[in-house]
Amino acid sequence: MSDIKKFMYVNRKAPYGTIYAWESLEVVLIGAAFEQDVSLAFVDDGVYQLCKGQDTTGLGIKNFSATYRALGDYDVSKLYVEKESLEARGLTLDDLMPLTYEDADDDYAEKDSIRVVSSQEMAELFEQSDVLFNF
Amino acid sequence: MGIEVNGKVLETDEEGYLANLNEWTPEVATAMAKEEDVDLTENHWEVINFLREYYEEYQIAPAVRVLTKAIGKKLGPDKGNSKYLYELFPYGPGKQACKYAGLPKPTGCV
Repeated sequence: MSDIKKFMYVNRKAPYGTIYAWESLEVVLIGAAFEQDVSLAFVDDGVYQLCKGQDTTGLGIKNFSATYRALGDYDVSKLYVEKESLEARGLTLDDLMPLTYEDADDDYAEKDSIRVVSSQEMAELFEQSDVLFNF
Repeated sequence: MGIEVNGKVLETDEEGYLANLNEWTPEVATAMAKEEDVDLTENHWEVINFLREYYEEYQIAPAVRVLTKAIGKKLGPDKGNSKYLYELFPYGPGKQACKYAGLPKPTGCV
């Protein structure tokens, strides 16, 4: 396919309470069918979307955190998490779900999808993207 | 709309997808297939059960491309291809098989 654009989906909000996180995930999954170069960014409260052990029973809504694990199947393998946002919330990489993908260029080796980057690096990633979606 | 299974009418949406995921039983799949003149074979059930397991694990119905790849990985390349899956489910393996499996329409499917 010609004309592959770099799409960056920026997630800034906590997973529940608003529809943004779920909507973003759905758009990513739909968009993945178009074989573009897709990245996800998690900043501010958006980092909570990837936290382990989410339990929505008390909220009475669907716990969609398991769906992030399907991203690898959809060839979405670049999930950037801002280091400063994690630190400000007392979180580390260990608090996040382990998410992986199979690298077709490396004999389908299982690799980590989550990459922690500084806000400086995140700014550069935004700069390099053709399209930014904010959620 | 609804579908009658064992004398009980279960609610479905305007396209025939089950409204409440938890009401699904294998009889629901059989009843839905019968309405479309499909006899469910072992090969159909393999795909239906696979979809239910996928939903259980990831909370979404996979897109056809993802389904095809995942079936190939689990059941072998002779089943993980669109020709085989479309022969089983001519209305589209995503749409039709998800419906029989009691799942919502796959995300991104029109």
